[in-house]
Amino acid sequence: MNRTLRLARVLLSVQYAYMLEYRAEIALWALSGLLPLIMLALWSGAAAAADLSLSPAELSRYFLAAFVVRQFTVVWVIHVFEEDALQGRLSPYLLQPLHPFWRYLAAHIAEQATRVPFVLAIVLAVWLLGAGASGWPPPSTWLLGLLVIHLAFLLRFLLQSVITMACFWSERAAALDRLLLIPYLFLSGLVAPLEAFPPGLRRLAAATPFPSMVDFPARLLSGGEVDLLGGLATLAAWMALLLPLYLLLWRAGLRRYAAMGA
Amino acid sequence: MAIIRARGLGKCFRVADKQPGLGGTLRHFFARRLKDIPAVKDVSFTIESGEVVGFLGANGAGKTTTLKMLTGLIEPSAGEVEVAGYRPFRRQAAFLRTITLVMGQKQQLIWDLPPLDSLRVNAAVYGISEAEARRRIDELAEMLELGEELRRPVRKLSLGQRMKAELLAALLHRPSVLFLDEPTLGLDVNAQVRVREFLADYNRRTGATVLLTSHYMGDITALCQRVLLIHQGQLFYDGSLQELTQQLAPYREVCCDLGAVYPPEAFRGFGELESLAGHRVRLLVSRDQLTGTISRLLLTFPVLDLEVNDPPVEEIIGRLFREGAVA
Repeated sequence: MNRTLRLARVLLSVQYAYMLEYRAEIALWALSGLLPLIMLALWSGAAAAADLSLSPAELSRYFLAAFVVRQFTVVWVIHVFEEDALQGRLSPYLLQPLHPFWRYLAAHIAEQATRVPFVLAIVLAVWLLGAGASGWPPPSTWLLGLLVIHLAFLLRFLLQSVITMACFWSERAAALDRLLLIPYLFLSGLVAPLEAFPPGLRRLAAATPFPSMVDFPARLLSGGEVDLLGGLATLAAWMALLLPLYLLLWRAGLRRYAAMGA
Repeated sequence: MAIIRARGLGKCFRVADKQPGLGGTLRHFFARRLKDIPAVKDVSFTIESGEVVGFLGANGAGKTTTLKMLTGLIEPSAGEVEVAGYRPFRRQAAFLRTITLVMGQKQQLIWDLPPLDSLRVNAAVYGISEAEARRRIDELAEMLELGEELRRPVRKLSLGQRMKAELLAALLHRPSVLFLDEPTLGLDVNAQVRVREFLADYNRRTGATVLLTSHYMGDITALCQRVLLIHQGQLFYDGSLQELTQQLAPYREVCCDLGAVYPPEAFRGFGELESLAGHRVRLLVSRDQLTGTISRLLLTFPVLDLEVNDPPVEEIIGRLFREGAVA
Protein backbone atom coordinates (compact mmCIF):
# COMPACT_ATOMS: atom_id res chain seq x y z
CA MET A 1 0.00 0.00 0.00
CA ASN A 2 2.81 2.38 0.98
CA ARG A 3 4.55 1.54 -2.28
CA THR A 4 1.41 2.30 -4.27
CA LEU A 5 0.92 5.61 -2.45
CA ARG A 6 4.55 6.55 -3.03
CA LEU A 7 4.27 5.66 -6.71
CA ALA A 8 1.11 7.79 -7.02
CA ARG A 9 2.77 10.69 -5.18
CA VAL A 10 5.92 10.56 -7.31
CA LEU A 11 4.05 10.14 -10.60
CA LEU A 12 1.70 13.04 -9.80
CA SER A 13 4.44 15.38 -8.56
CA VAL A 14 6.70 14.69 -11.55
CA GLN A 15 3.83 15.02 -14.02
CA TYR A 16 2.76 18.25 -12.31
CA ALA A 17 6.30 19.61 -12.69
CA TYR A 18 6.15 18.58 -16.35
CA MET A 19 2.76 20.26 -16.89
CA LEU A 20 3.97 23.47 -15.26
CA GLU A 21 6.48 23.70 -18.11
CA TYR A 22 3.45 24.04 -20.38
CA ARG A 23 1.38 26.37 -18.18
CA ALA A 24 0.86 28.96 -20.94
CA GLU A 25 -0.47 26.29 -23.27
CA ILE A 26 -2.74 24.94 -20.53
CA ALA A 27 -4.12 28.45 -19.91
CA LEU A 28 -5.05 28.60 -23.59
CA TRP A 29 -6.70 25.17 -23.37
CA ALA A 30 -8.69 26.41 -20.37
CA LEU A 31 -9.82 29.42 -22.41
CA SER A 32 -10.72 27.19 -25.34
CA GLY A 33 -13.24 25.36 -23.14
CA LEU A 34 -15.56 28.36 -22.90
CA LEU A 35 -18.34 26.71 -24.92
CA PRO A 36 -20.75 26.39 -21.94
CA LEU A 37 -20.35 30.10 -21.19
CA ILE A 38 -21.03 30.94 -24.84
CA MET A 39 -24.12 28.73 -24.66
CA LEU A 40 -25.13 30.58 -21.50
CA ALA A 41 -25.04 33.87 -23.40
CA LEU A 42 -27.14 32.34 -26.21
CA TRP A 43 -29.72 30.75 -23.90
CA SER A 44 -30.00 33.89 -21.80
CA GLY A 45 -32.22 35.43 -24.49
CA ALA A 46 -35.75 35.63 -23.05
CA ALA A 47 -37.42 33.84 -25.95
CA ALA A 48 -35.06 30.88 -25.84
CA ALA A 49 -35.05 30.58 -22.06
CA ALA A 50 -38.82 30.50 -22.04
CA ASP A 51 -38.69 27.05 -23.68
CA LEU A 52 -36.81 25.71 -20.69
CA SER A 53 -38.16 24.72 -17.33
CA LEU A 54 -35.21 26.50 -15.70
CA SER A 55 -35.18 30.02 -14.31
CA PRO A 56 -32.53 32.42 -15.66
CA ALA A 57 -30.54 32.01 -12.40
CA GLU A 58 -30.75 28.20 -12.61
CA LEU A 59 -29.70 28.36 -16.25
CA SER A 60 -26.67 30.52 -15.36
CA ARG A 61 -25.67 28.19 -12.56
CA TYR A 62 -26.05 25.17 -14.84
CA PHE A 63 -23.80 26.54 -17.59
CA LEU A 64 -21.22 27.84 -15.14
CA ALA A 65 -21.17 24.38 -13.51
CA ALA A 66 -20.98 22.76 -16.98
CA PHE A 67 -17.96 24.98 -17.67
CA VAL A 68 -16.26 23.71 -14.49
CA VAL A 69 -17.18 20.09 -15.30
CA ARG A 70 -15.85 20.46 -18.85
CA GLN A 71 -12.55 21.88 -17.56
CA PHE A 72 -11.93 18.91 -15.28
CA THR A 73 -13.10 16.17 -17.64
CA VAL A 74 -10.88 17.01 -20.61
CA VAL A 75 -9.28 13.81 -21.90
CA TRP A 76 -6.55 13.63 -24.54
CA VAL A 77 -5.13 10.16 -23.94
CA ILE A 78 -5.86 9.00 -27.51
CA HIS A 79 -3.68 11.75 -29.00
CA VAL A 80 -0.70 11.21 -26.72
CA PHE A 81 -0.95 7.42 -26.96
CA GLU A 82 -1.10 7.55 -30.76
CA GLU A 83 1.99 9.73 -30.86
CA ASP A 84 3.82 7.57 -28.31
CA ALA A 85 2.99 4.42 -30.28
CA LEU A 86 4.12 5.96 -33.58
CA GLN A 87 7.28 7.56 -32.21
CA GLY A 88 8.37 4.49 -30.25
CA ARG A 89 7.99 6.11 -26.83
CA LEU A 90 5.47 3.47 -25.79
CA SER A 91 8.12 0.73 -25.87
CA PRO A 92 10.10 1.89 -22.79
CA TYR A 93 6.80 2.19 -20.88
CA LEU A 94 5.87 -1.35 -21.83
CA LEU A 95 9.17 -2.62 -20.47
CA GLN A 96 8.50 -1.32 -16.96
CA PRO A 97 6.35 -3.12 -14.38
CA LEU A 98 3.63 -0.46 -14.50
CA HIS A 99 0.70 -0.38 -16.91
CA PRO A 100 1.39 2.60 -19.22
CA PHE A 101 -2.13 3.96 -18.70
CA TRP A 102 -1.34 4.84 -15.07
CA ARG A 103 1.20 7.33 -16.43
CA TYR A 104 -1.38 8.84 -18.76
CA LEU A 105 -3.93 9.01 -15.94
CA ALA A 106 -1.38 10.77 -13.70
CA ALA A 107 -0.60 13.20 -16.54
CA HIS A 108 -4.31 14.08 -16.88
CA ILE A 109 -4.73 14.65 -13.14
CA ALA A 110 -1.57 16.79 -13.06
CA GLU A 111 -2.87 18.78 -16.01
CA GLN A 112 -6.14 19.36 -14.14
CA ALA A 113 -4.19 20.66 -11.15
CA THR A 114 -2.36 23.07 -13.47
CA ARG A 115 -5.72 24.33 -14.78
CA VAL A 116 -7.11 25.19 -11.33
CA PRO A 117 -5.89 28.82 -11.12
CA PHE A 118 -7.05 29.61 -14.66
CA VAL A 119 -10.46 28.03 -14.11
CA LEU A 120 -10.91 29.85 -10.79
CA ALA A 121 -10.03 33.15 -12.47
CA ILE A 122 -12.58 32.58 -15.24
CA VAL A 123 -15.30 31.50 -12.77
CA LEU A 124 -14.58 34.56 -10.63
CA ALA A 125 -14.74 36.83 -13.67
CA VAL A 126 -18.08 35.37 -14.74
CA TRP A 127 -19.33 35.69 -11.16
CA LEU A 128 -18.29 39.35 -10.99
CA LEU A 129 -19.94 40.03 -14.32
CA GLY A 130 -23.12 39.00 -12.53
CA ALA A 131 -23.98 36.06 -14.71
CA GLY A 132 -26.55 34.89 -12.20
CA ALA A 133 -24.36 33.06 -9.76
CA SER A 134 -26.63 34.04 -6.93
CA GLY A 135 -27.75 31.43 -4.47
CA TRP A 136 -24.96 28.91 -4.84
CA PRO A 137 -25.54 25.49 -3.33
CA PRO A 138 -23.99 24.64 0.06
CA PRO A 139 -20.37 23.37 0.43
CA SER A 140 -21.60 19.78 0.92
CA THR A 141 -23.09 19.87 -2.59
CA TRP A 142 -19.83 21.32 -3.92
CA LEU A 143 -17.83 18.50 -2.36
CA LEU A 144 -20.19 15.88 -3.71
CA GLY A 145 -20.09 17.69 -7.07
CA LEU A 146 -16.28 17.53 -7.14
CA LEU A 147 -16.38 13.80 -6.42
CA VAL A 148 -18.88 13.25 -9.23
CA ILE A 149 -16.82 15.41 -11.61
CA HIS A 150 -13.88 13.09 -11.03
CA LEU A 151 -16.03 10.02 -11.58
CA ALA A 152 -17.25 11.64 -14.80
CA PHE A 153 -13.62 12.26 -15.75
CA LEU A 154 -12.77 8.59 -15.08
CA LEU A 155 -15.69 7.49 -17.27
CA ARG A 156 -14.56 9.79 -20.09
CA PHE A 157 -10.96 8.62 -19.66
CA LEU A 158 -12.10 5.00 -19.81
CA LEU A 159 -14.29 5.57 -22.88
CA GLN A 160 -11.46 7.29 -24.72
CA SER A 161 -9.02 4.59 -23.59
CA VAL A 162 -11.27 1.98 -25.21
CA ILE A 163 -11.23 3.96 -28.46
CA THR A 164 -7.48 4.50 -28.06
CA MET A 165 -7.00 0.77 -28.47
CA ALA A 166 -7.76 1.31 -32.17
CA CYS A 167 -4.19 2.72 -32.33
CA PHE A 168 -3.02 -0.90 -32.35
CA TRP A 169 -4.97 -1.49 -35.56
CA SER A 170 -4.67 1.89 -37.25
CA GLU A 171 -1.89 4.45 -37.32
CA ARG A 172 -4.35 7.36 -37.24
CA ALA A 173 -6.93 6.23 -34.71
CA ALA A 174 -7.10 9.66 -33.04
CA ALA A 175 -9.51 10.69 -35.81
CA LEU A 176 -12.11 8.50 -34.07
CA ASP A 177 -12.06 10.92 -31.16
CA ARG A 178 -13.26 13.68 -33.48
CA LEU A 179 -16.11 11.40 -34.54
CA LEU A 180 -17.15 11.04 -30.91
CA LEU A 181 -17.01 14.79 -30.32
CA ILE A 182 -20.36 15.47 -31.99
CA PRO A 183 -22.48 13.05 -29.91
CA TYR A 184 -20.49 14.16 -26.85
CA LEU A 185 -21.27 17.83 -27.46
CA PHE A 186 -24.96 17.32 -28.16
CA LEU A 187 -25.90 14.47 -25.85
CA SER A 188 -23.81 15.36 -22.80
CA GLY A 189 -25.64 18.59 -21.95
CA LEU A 190 -22.85 20.94 -22.97
CA VAL A 191 -24.86 22.90 -25.53
CA ALA A 192 -28.14 22.76 -23.58
CA PRO A 193 -29.46 21.17 -20.42
CA LEU A 194 -30.96 17.80 -21.31
CA GLU A 195 -34.27 19.03 -19.89
CA ALA A 196 -34.53 21.30 -22.92
CA PHE A 197 -34.42 18.31 -25.30
CA PRO A 198 -37.52 16.73 -26.83
CA PRO A 199 -38.47 13.48 -24.99
CA GLY A 200 -37.25 11.23 -27.81
CA LEU A 201 -33.84 12.85 -27.92
CA ARG A 202 -33.65 12.79 -24.13
CA ARG A 203 -34.30 9.02 -24.18
CA LEU A 204 -31.59 8.59 -26.83
CA ALA A 205 -29.12 10.61 -24.75
CA ALA A 206 -29.97 8.59 -21.64
CA ALA A 207 -29.00 5.41 -23.49
CA THR A 208 -25.44 6.76 -23.94
CA PRO A 209 -22.70 7.47 -21.37
CA PHE A 210 -22.55 11.16 -22.37
CA PRO A 211 -25.10 12.66 -19.91
CA SER A 212 -23.08 11.13 -17.05
CA MET A 213 -20.08 13.14 -18.25
CA VAL A 214 -21.60 16.63 -18.08
CA ASP A 215 -25.33 16.83 -17.40
CA PHE A 216 -25.35 14.80 -14.19
CA PRO A 217 -22.33 16.45 -12.48
CA ALA A 218 -23.32 19.93 -13.72
CA ARG A 219 -26.87 19.64 -12.42
CA LEU A 220 -25.56 18.30 -9.11
CA LEU A 221 -22.98 21.08 -8.81
CA SER A 222 -25.47 23.80 -9.70
CA GLY A 223 -27.88 22.62 -7.03
CA GLY A 224 -30.47 21.32 -9.50
CA GLU A 225 -32.71 18.32 -8.90
CA VAL A 226 -30.87 15.06 -9.50
CA ASP A 227 -31.36 11.39 -8.83
CA LEU A 228 -28.04 11.01 -7.01
CA LEU A 229 -28.10 7.25 -6.54
CA GLY A 230 -29.42 6.67 -10.05
CA GLY A 231 -26.72 8.94 -11.50
CA LEU A 232 -23.95 7.22 -9.55
CA ALA A 233 -25.30 3.78 -10.51
CA THR A 234 -25.31 4.81 -14.20
CA LEU A 235 -21.70 6.01 -13.93
CA ALA A 236 -20.69 2.76 -12.22
CA ALA A 237 -22.57 0.63 -14.78
CA TRP A 238 -20.83 2.32 -17.74
CA MET A 239 -17.44 1.91 -16.08
CA ALA A 240 -18.17 -1.73 -15.30
CA LEU A 241 -18.99 -2.24 -18.98
CA LEU A 242 -16.02 -0.33 -20.40
CA LEU A 243 -13.25 -1.59 -18.10
CA PRO A 244 -13.34 -5.28 -19.16
CA LEU A 245 -13.76 -4.18 -22.78
CA TYR A 246 -10.67 -2.01 -22.45
CA LEU A 247 -8.63 -4.82 -20.86
CA LEU A 248 -9.72 -7.23 -23.57
CA LEU A 249 -8.75 -4.81 -26.35
CA TRP A 250 -5.44 -4.00 -24.64
CA ARG A 251 -4.46 -7.66 -24.59
CA ALA A 252 -5.52 -8.17 -28.20
CA GLY A 253 -3.82 -4.92 -29.27
CA LEU A 254 -0.49 -5.83 -27.70
CA ARG A 255 -0.38 -8.92 -29.91
CA ARG A 256 -0.50 -6.60 -32.91
CA TYR A 257 1.99 -4.09 -31.53
CA ALA A 258 4.97 -3.82 -33.84
CA ALA A 259 7.01 -1.42 -31.64
CA MET A 260 7.38 0.94 -34.58
CA GLY A 261 9.92 3.69 -34.30
CA ALA A 262 11.77 1.78 -31.61
CA MET B 1 23.78 -21.76 -17.24
CA ALA B 2 21.88 -20.45 -20.28
CA ILE B 3 19.95 -17.29 -19.46
CA ILE B 4 18.67 -16.61 -22.97
CA ARG B 5 17.34 -19.37 -25.22
CA ALA B 6 15.83 -18.81 -28.66
CA ARG B 7 14.62 -21.79 -30.69
CA GLY B 8 13.35 -21.42 -34.25
CA LEU B 9 12.46 -17.81 -33.54
CA GLY B 10 10.59 -16.04 -36.34
CA LYS B 11 8.69 -12.85 -36.92
CA CYS B 12 6.56 -11.94 -39.89
CA PHE B 13 5.12 -8.43 -40.32
CA ARG B 14 2.00 -7.83 -42.39
CA VAL B 15 2.44 -4.64 -44.38
CA ALA B 16 0.38 -2.78 -46.97
CA ASP B 17 1.42 -3.40 -50.57
CA LYS B 18 0.70 -0.19 -52.50
CA GLN B 19 1.62 0.46 -56.12
CA PRO B 20 2.90 3.96 -56.98
CA GLY B 21 0.80 6.55 -58.83
CA LEU B 22 -2.84 7.64 -58.72
CA GLY B 23 -4.13 4.28 -59.94
CA GLY B 24 -2.20 2.49 -57.23
CA THR B 25 -3.47 4.93 -54.63
CA LEU B 26 -7.11 4.43 -55.68
CA ARG B 27 -6.75 0.65 -55.84
CA HIS B 28 -5.10 0.74 -52.43
CA PHE B 29 -7.93 2.87 -51.03
CA PHE B 30 -10.72 0.56 -52.19
CA ALA B 31 -9.02 -2.83 -51.98
CA ARG B 32 -6.08 -2.75 -49.65
CA ARG B 33 -3.56 -5.46 -50.40
CA LEU B 34 -1.34 -6.78 -47.66
CA LYS B 35 1.73 -8.91 -47.81
CA ASP B 36 3.73 -10.75 -45.21
CA ILE B 37 7.34 -9.69 -44.77
CA PRO B 38 9.48 -12.15 -42.83
CA ALA B 39 11.82 -10.08 -40.66
CA VAL B 40 13.37 -12.94 -38.67
CA LYS B 41 13.49 -16.58 -39.77
CA ASP B 42 14.26 -19.64 -37.71
CA VAL B 43 16.82 -18.05 -35.38
CA SER B 44 18.21 -20.27 -32.63
CA PHE B 45 20.89 -19.53 -30.04
CA THR B 46 21.61 -19.65 -26.34
CA ILE B 47 23.51 -17.14 -24.23
CA GLU B 48 25.12 -18.05 -20.94
CA SER B 49 24.73 -15.97 -17.82
CA GLY B 50 27.35 -13.20 -17.66
CA GLU B 51 28.26 -13.34 -21.37
CA VAL B 52 28.65 -10.18 -23.44
CA VAL B 53 27.52 -10.99 -26.96
CA GLY B 54 27.60 -8.75 -30.01
CA PHE B 55 24.72 -8.90 -32.44
CA LEU B 56 25.88 -7.90 -35.91
CA GLY B 57 24.10 -7.31 -39.15
CA ALA B 58 23.34 -4.69 -41.76
CA ASN B 59 20.36 -2.34 -41.47
CA GLY B 60 17.12 -4.31 -41.74
CA ALA B 61 18.89 -7.63 -41.06
CA GLY B 62 16.57 -8.42 -38.14
CA LYS B 63 18.68 -7.42 -35.12
CA THR B 64 16.22 -4.99 -33.56
CA THR B 65 13.23 -7.24 -34.29
CA THR B 66 15.01 -10.07 -32.49
CA LEU B 67 15.76 -7.78 -29.52
CA LYS B 68 12.10 -6.74 -29.41
CA MET B 69 11.08 -10.41 -29.21
CA LEU B 70 13.66 -11.12 -26.51
CA THR B 71 12.38 -8.23 -24.40
CA GLY B 72 8.72 -9.11 -24.93
CA LEU B 73 7.83 -5.96 -26.85
CA ILE B 74 6.51 -7.98 -29.76
CA GLU B 75 5.14 -11.47 -29.96
CA PRO B 76 7.11 -13.98 -32.06
CA SER B 77 5.27 -15.41 -35.07
CA ALA B 78 7.15 -18.68 -34.68
CA GLY B 79 9.47 -20.49 -32.32
CA GLU B 80 10.14 -20.16 -28.65
CA VAL B 81 12.09 -17.74 -26.54
CA GLU B 82 13.00 -17.81 -22.87
CA VAL B 83 14.88 -15.13 -20.95
CA ALA B 84 15.91 -15.70 -17.32
CA GLY B 85 13.31 -18.47 -17.16
CA TYR B 86 10.43 -16.29 -18.41
CA ARG B 87 8.47 -16.12 -21.63
CA PRO B 88 9.14 -12.47 -22.51
CA PHE B 89 5.83 -11.67 -24.22
CA ARG B 90 3.92 -12.45 -21.03
CA ARG B 91 5.72 -9.43 -19.58
CA GLN B 92 5.40 -10.57 -15.97
CA ALA B 93 6.54 -7.94 -13.47
CA ALA B 94 9.35 -10.25 -12.22
CA PHE B 95 10.65 -10.59 -15.79
CA LEU B 96 10.53 -6.84 -16.40
CA ARG B 97 12.54 -6.27 -13.22
CA THR B 98 15.22 -8.63 -14.61
CA ILE B 99 15.81 -6.95 -17.95
CA THR B 100 16.44 -3.60 -19.54
CA LEU B 101 16.48 -2.38 -23.11
CA VAL B 102 18.49 0.67 -24.11
CA MET B 103 17.78 2.06 -27.54
CA GLY B 104 20.39 4.54 -28.68
CA GLN B 105 17.99 6.57 -30.77
CA LYS B 106 15.07 6.51 -28.30
CA GLN B 107 14.79 7.95 -24.86
CA GLN B 108 12.82 7.22 -21.74
CA LEU B 109 13.86 10.37 -19.86
CA ILE B 110 11.28 13.16 -19.66
CA TRP B 111 12.52 15.77 -22.12
CA ASP B 112 11.65 18.96 -20.23
CA LEU B 113 12.68 17.84 -16.74
CA PRO B 114 16.05 16.98 -15.21
CA PRO B 115 17.02 13.28 -15.35
CA LEU B 116 16.64 13.11 -11.55
CA ASP B 117 12.85 13.44 -11.95
CA SER B 118 12.72 10.49 -14.34
CA LEU B 119 14.98 8.56 -11.96
CA ARG B 120 12.55 9.25 -9.08
CA VAL B 121 9.74 7.80 -11.18
CA ASN B 122 11.80 4.75 -12.11
CA ALA B 123 12.73 4.15 -8.46
CA ALA B 124 9.05 4.29 -7.47
CA VAL B 125 7.99 2.05 -10.37
CA TYR B 126 10.56 -0.60 -9.45
CA GLY B 127 9.84 -0.29 -5.72
CA ILE B 128 13.35 0.92 -4.83
CA SER B 129 13.37 2.86 -1.54
CA GLU B 130 14.36 6.51 -1.73
CA ALA B 131 17.56 5.95 0.27
CA GLU B 132 18.57 2.96 -1.84
CA ALA B 133 17.74 4.85 -5.05
CA ARG B 134 19.98 7.74 -3.94
CA ARG B 135 22.79 5.30 -3.21
CA ARG B 136 22.46 3.59 -6.59
CA ILE B 137 22.20 6.91 -8.44
CA ASP B 138 25.40 8.14 -6.75
CA GLU B 139 27.22 4.90 -7.58
CA LEU B 140 26.13 4.81 -11.23
CA ALA B 141 26.65 8.57 -11.65
CA GLU B 142 30.21 8.14 -10.46
CA MET B 143 30.83 5.27 -12.88
CA LEU B 144 29.33 7.33 -15.70
CA GLU B 145 31.02 10.58 -14.66
CA LEU B 146 27.69 12.36 -14.27
CA GLY B 147 27.15 15.10 -11.70
CA GLU B 148 25.32 18.41 -12.13
CA GLU B 149 23.97 17.14 -15.46
CA LEU B 150 21.38 15.14 -13.53
CA ARG B 151 19.84 18.41 -12.31
CA ARG B 152 19.62 20.06 -15.73
CA PRO B 153 16.63 19.60 -18.08
CA VAL B 154 17.27 16.71 -20.44
CA ARG B 155 16.80 19.01 -23.44
CA LYS B 156 19.83 21.04 -22.29
CA LEU B 157 22.18 18.04 -22.18
CA SER B 158 24.60 17.04 -24.92
CA LEU B 159 23.94 13.77 -26.74
CA GLY B 160 26.71 12.03 -24.79
CA GLN B 161 25.44 13.29 -21.41
CA ARG B 162 21.90 12.29 -22.36
CA MET B 163 22.99 8.80 -23.36
CA LYS B 164 24.82 8.34 -20.07
CA ALA B 165 21.74 9.54 -18.17
CA GLU B 166 19.63 7.09 -20.22
CA LEU B 167 21.98 4.29 -19.21
CA LEU B 168 21.68 5.32 -15.58
CA ALA B 169 17.88 5.27 -15.82
CA ALA B 170 17.93 1.89 -17.56
CA LEU B 171 20.20 0.33 -14.93
CA LEU B 172 18.75 1.81 -11.74
CA HIS B 173 16.80 -1.39 -11.00
CA ARG B 174 19.99 -3.45 -11.44
CA PRO B 175 18.83 -5.66 -14.31
CA SER B 176 20.71 -8.89 -14.82
CA VAL B 177 20.05 -9.02 -18.58
CA LEU B 178 20.87 -5.97 -20.70
CA PHE B 179 19.67 -5.56 -24.25
CA LEU B 180 21.52 -2.65 -25.84
CA ASP B 181 20.46 -1.47 -29.27
CA GLU B 182 23.03 0.94 -30.70
CA PRO B 183 23.95 2.42 -27.32
CA THR B 184 26.69 4.63 -28.76
CA LEU B 185 24.85 5.82 -31.87
CA GLY B 186 25.76 9.40 -32.74
CA LEU B 187 28.24 9.81 -29.88
CA ASP B 188 31.68 11.27 -30.47
CA VAL B 189 34.71 9.00 -30.12
CA ASN B 190 35.46 10.00 -26.50
CA ALA B 191 31.87 9.48 -25.39
CA GLN B 192 31.81 6.10 -27.18
CA VAL B 193 34.90 5.01 -25.29
CA ARG B 194 33.44 6.10 -21.93
CA VAL B 195 30.17 4.25 -22.56
CA ARG B 196 32.11 1.12 -23.55
CA GLU B 197 34.26 1.33 -20.44
CA PHE B 198 31.16 1.77 -18.29
CA LEU B 199 29.45 -1.25 -19.82
CA ALA B 200 32.54 -3.42 -19.38
CA ASP B 201 32.80 -2.25 -15.76
CA TYR B 202 29.09 -2.90 -15.12
CA ASN B 203 29.44 -6.41 -16.55
CA ARG B 204 32.51 -7.08 -14.35
CA ARG B 205 30.87 -5.75 -11.19
CA THR B 206 27.42 -7.31 -11.56
CA GLY B 207 27.98 -10.33 -13.81
CA ALA B 208 25.10 -9.10 -15.97
CA THR B 209 24.46 -10.70 -19.36
CA VAL B 210 24.68 -8.26 -22.27
CA LEU B 211 23.39 -8.58 -25.83
CA LEU B 212 24.59 -5.62 -27.83
CA THR B 213 23.91 -4.38 -31.35
CA SER B 214 26.07 -1.66 -32.79
CA HIS B 215 27.13 -0.14 -36.06
CA TYR B 216 30.41 0.78 -34.42
CA MET B 217 32.60 -2.27 -34.52
CA GLY B 218 34.71 -0.63 -31.83
CA ASP B 219 31.84 -1.41 -29.41
CA ILE B 220 31.87 -5.06 -30.45
CA THR B 221 35.63 -5.53 -30.42
CA ALA B 222 35.97 -3.74 -27.06
CA LEU B 223 33.19 -5.62 -25.27
CA CYS B 224 32.34 -8.93 -26.94
CA GLN B 225 34.23 -12.17 -27.28
CA ARG B 226 31.29 -13.80 -29.01
CA VAL B 227 29.20 -12.50 -31.89
CA LEU B 228 25.97 -13.48 -33.60
CA LEU B 229 25.79 -12.45 -37.24
CA ILE B 230 22.35 -12.08 -38.79
CA HIS B 231 21.56 -11.40 -42.43
CA GLN B 232 18.15 -11.14 -44.08
CA GLY B 233 16.55 -12.43 -40.90
CA GLN B 234 18.69 -15.55 -40.63
CA LEU B 235 21.47 -16.29 -38.21
CA PHE B 236 24.49 -17.48 -40.11
CA TYR B 237 27.31 -17.17 -37.62
CA ASP B 238 27.54 -17.78 -33.89
CA GLY B 239 31.02 -17.89 -32.45
CA SER B 240 34.07 -15.92 -31.44
CA LEU B 241 34.83 -12.59 -33.08
CA GLN B 242 38.38 -13.75 -33.78
CA GLU B 243 37.20 -16.87 -35.62
CA LEU B 244 34.77 -14.78 -37.62
CA THR B 245 37.49 -12.53 -38.90
CA GLN B 246 39.72 -15.50 -39.65
CA GLN B 247 37.06 -17.62 -41.33
CA LEU B 248 35.30 -14.99 -43.31
CA ALA B 249 38.08 -12.54 -43.97
CA PRO B 250 41.26 -14.43 -44.67
CA TYR B 251 43.06 -11.19 -45.45
CA ARG B 252 45.56 -8.96 -43.76
CA GLU B 253 46.06 -5.33 -44.50
CA VAL B 254 49.57 -4.32 -45.63
CA CYS B 255 50.35 -0.58 -45.48
CA CYS B 256 53.55 0.70 -47.05
CA ASP B 257 55.21 4.09 -47.24
CA LEU B 258 57.21 4.13 -50.47
CA GLY B 259 60.18 6.22 -51.58
CA ALA B 260 58.41 7.16 -54.86
CA VAL B 261 54.92 7.53 -56.34
CA TYR B 262 53.66 4.62 -58.46
CA PRO B 263 50.57 4.15 -60.63
CA PRO B 264 47.90 1.65 -59.45
CA GLU B 265 48.92 -0.84 -62.19
CA ALA B 266 52.30 -1.24 -60.48
CA PHE B 267 50.64 -3.12 -57.62
CA ARG B 268 49.01 -5.78 -59.82
CA GLY B 269 49.87 -9.18 -58.40
CA PHE B 270 50.41 -7.86 -54.87
CA GLY B 271 46.94 -8.55 -53.56
CA GLU B 272 43.94 -6.22 -53.74
CA LEU B 273 44.71 -2.51 -53.91
CA GLU B 274 42.63 -0.91 -51.19
CA SER B 275 43.90 2.66 -51.46
CA LEU B 276 46.74 4.62 -52.99
CA ALA B 277 47.46 8.13 -51.78
CA GLY B 278 50.78 9.58 -52.91
CA HIS B 279 53.58 7.57 -51.32
CA ARG B 280 51.20 5.50 -49.14
CA VAL B 281 49.61 2.32 -50.38
CA ARG B 282 47.21 -0.07 -48.61
CA LEU B 283 46.84 -3.61 -49.91
CA LEU B 284 44.67 -6.52 -48.82
CA VAL B 285 46.73 -9.68 -49.00
CA SER B 286 45.54 -13.23 -48.54
CA ARG B 287 46.93 -14.69 -45.26
CA ASP B 288 48.55 -17.71 -47.02
CA GLN B 289 50.42 -15.44 -49.46
CA LEU B 290 51.41 -12.83 -46.88
CA THR B 291 55.10 -13.71 -46.45
CA GLY B 292 55.78 -14.13 -50.16
CA THR B 293 53.97 -10.90 -51.05
CA ILE B 294 55.87 -8.88 -48.45
CA SER B 295 59.19 -10.27 -49.73
CA ARG B 296 58.29 -9.30 -53.31
CA LEU B 297 57.13 -5.83 -52.20
CA LEU B 298 60.47 -5.25 -50.46
CA LEU B 299 62.36 -6.41 -53.57
CA THR B 300 60.23 -4.43 -56.07
CA PHE B 301 59.64 -1.07 -54.33
CA PRO B 302 61.74 1.28 -52.20
CA VAL B 303 59.81 0.54 -49.00
CA LEU B 304 60.45 3.11 -46.23
CA ASP B 305 57.97 1.70 -43.73
CA LEU B 306 55.66 -1.33 -43.61
CA GLU B 307 52.80 -2.31 -41.31
CA VAL B 308 50.63 -5.44 -41.28
CA ASN B 309 47.20 -5.20 -39.60
CA ASP B 310 43.89 -6.98 -39.41
CA PRO B 311 41.42 -5.04 -41.54
CA PRO B 312 38.70 -3.18 -39.58
CA VAL B 313 35.84 -5.51 -38.72
CA GLU B 314 33.21 -3.18 -40.22
CA GLU B 315 35.02 -3.57 -43.50
CA ILE B 316 34.94 -7.35 -43.19
CA ILE B 317 31.21 -7.39 -42.50
CA GLY B 318 30.53 -4.83 -45.22
CA ARG B 319 32.58 -6.81 -47.75
CA LEU B 320 30.84 -10.00 -46.72
CA PHE B 321 27.38 -8.61 -47.39
CA ARG B 322 28.41 -6.72 -50.54
CA GLU B 323 29.95 -9.81 -52.08
CA GLY B 324 26.93 -11.92 -51.17
CA ALA B 325 29.10 -14.36 -49.30
CA VAL B 326 26.24 -15.02 -46.95
CA ALA B 327 23.59 -15.74 -49.57
